[in-house]
Amino acid sequence: MATITTLAPRTRRGVELVLLVGAVAIVLVAYASTGLATKGTLPPSLLAYGGGLVLLTGAVHVTLRLRAAYADPVLLPIATLLNGLGLVMIHRLDDAEKRTTAEAFAPRQLVWMALGVTLAVTILWVLRDHRRLQRYTYTAMAAGLVLLLLPLLPLLGKNINGSRIWIRLGPLSFQPGEIAKLCLAVFFAGYLVQTRDALSLVGRRVLGLSLPRARDLGPIIVAWLASLGVLVFERDLGSSLLFFGLFVAMLYVATERKSWIAIGLALFVAGSYVAYLLFSHVQARVLLWLHPFSQQALDISTQLVLGLYGMANGGLLGTGLGRGRPDLTPFAESDYIVPSFGEELGLFGLFALLLLYLVLVERGLRTALGVRDGFGKLLATGLAFAVALQCFVVVGGVTRVIPLTGLTMPFLSYGGSSLVANWAIIGLLLRISDQARRPPPAVEPTSFTQTGDAALTQVVKLR
Amino acid sequence: MSELTVTVVRLGLLALLWVFVFSVVGVLRGDLFGTRVTARAAKAAPAPRPAPAPKPAKVAKAPAPSRRTPHTVVVTEGPLRGTTITLGQQSVLIGRNPESTLVLDDDYASGRHARIFPEAGEWFVEDLGSTNGTFAGQQRVHGPQRLTVGSTLKIGTTVLELRR
Repeated sequence: MATITTLAPRTRRGVELVLLVGAVAIVLVAYASTGLATKGTLPPSLLAYGGGLVLLTGAVHVTLRLRAAYADPVLLPIATLLNGLGLVMIHRLDDAEKRTTAEAFAPRQLVWMALGVTLAVTILWVLRDHRRLQRYTYTAMAAGLVLLLLPLLPLLGKNINGSRIWIRLGPLSFQPGEIAKLCLAVFFAGYLVQTRDALSLVGRRVLGLSLPRARDLGPIIVAWLASLGVLVFERDLGSSLLFFGLFVAMLYVATERKSWIAIGLALFVAGSYVAYLLFSHVQARVLLWLHPFSQQALDISTQLVLGLYGMANGGLLGTGLGRGRPDLTPFAESDYIVPSFGEELGLFGLFALLLLYLVLVERGLRTALGVRDGFGKLLATGLAFAVALQCFVVVGGVTRVIPLTGLTMPFLSYGGSSLVANWAIIGLLLRISDQARRPPPAVEPTSFTQTGDAALTQVVKLR
Repeated sequence: MSELTVTVVRLGLLALLWVFVFSVVGVLRGDLFGTRVTARAAKAAPAPRPAPAPKPAKVAKAPAPSRRTPHTVVVTEGPLRGTTITLGQQSVLIGRNPESTLVLDDDYASGRHARIFPEAGEWFVEDLGSTNGTFAGQQRVHGPQRLTVGSTLKIGTTVLELRR
């Protein structure tokens, strides 16, 4: 364990405010650029959108000033910028598809953003100390499993595009798996903090890897079976990969044992190969990945190929917002939002977005390094890794690095459940980073001054 | 609206995006270089900020750090062996409480076990009412006790040594 002490920690809330103003300004320029390119005038709702954005992020900023003064200064501006750009792209696709006001996606996404921001603010107000979540380790496990299984229930569950990962609640449909991701991250963190000694200390070394005992393989086998279950019964490659990857990554971080990664990868490869042999939808994905232009794939590879052509059309600098045709690709606003940005902002713009994700993840991992308790370290690592893995799966899928799986790009994609869950992740990371960057409470020397009791009372308050 | 405007706005957006990325990275530089600067400053003088070059006289007035004043605490025995803590200006809290500077995972340590704090340019150790006590060398610490280079502290199963 290394202890990092900064002598004059700064809250850096002022820097955050400046970055926030920049983020909102960029979103408004993007919005204006869309309007200028498609209609030749500034969009009439420019001020309304801008005002909404300022109001929402301003609420989080003020909450941070009041409740988490030492929270990381770049998390919120990055989330705001990504979410805002996603809104602009969704709005632009609404226009291209000529959706009426009632069926347009962008206003709905704005409502989901408001919900997500409210959730993040609530987390920051209610959860004064992230360690409180550790008490709910097994509650989180139960909640996570229930949420994962909900779509399989006959009345609630809904089959959309071949995946059974949705539930219908009145007019709304929701992907409970997104919230399950959060619950499971809390559970893995709490569980691994308790059991990591058993998982990391015993075992023997084979070929430079220290292998665990056979009986310690239990948890990883359970996680593997559960993610295979998601793959088989809900037909969702993406979530299945995400849950298993999250567990293996947190296991590795908790135990510092490389053999867990080797075991995890071996299990993953074995599971995927069996799934490939057994299920036609997995075979279709692999065909699309390896031979999208082949004769057999022509009927089903439209989306992938259109995405590739779209990005090629964008080139280095992009066609400009409103000047490309991302609307030709099916699901251009959700699964395929990355090629949409690739087409209209070009490689240059897409890499800026990817760098923002990279910084977001780096801040999560930095928070994990800085925070002093094991639970917080694991939770921050898990949340940051979930975002990273999700980005990898989405961008890798649309660029044919890995088989395409249906996951959302955090903050950019259209999708309420995903947006709400990602804002909750930001809320939690902000809370943990506040603990990580806060200076240790100063203790007045009791024997040197007479005001010892008062000083000690203050320390209790600082917690 | 002319095509020129559209192009300018389009390229301007890309430029702004990168300006944002670089300003974010600029903020993060503080993480990489900030700690080193503060650590050196703490070593040089007890002033809160590194004294600028034109005022060397003021630094000289501060109590000169003697060769016996410790600057680091090294864990020499126990589960955290090898951990080093730099003694800056703030006191160092040791215990099982996760808010401590050195968090001990040790059944023989109390939540808030002991504290190492500066006073008039010297470092002292003080037991915070721990159950099993803090030992400086062989003796149990009762009141604040001055620490010099080479002093050892025993807290539970952890042994700390003060070094320059």
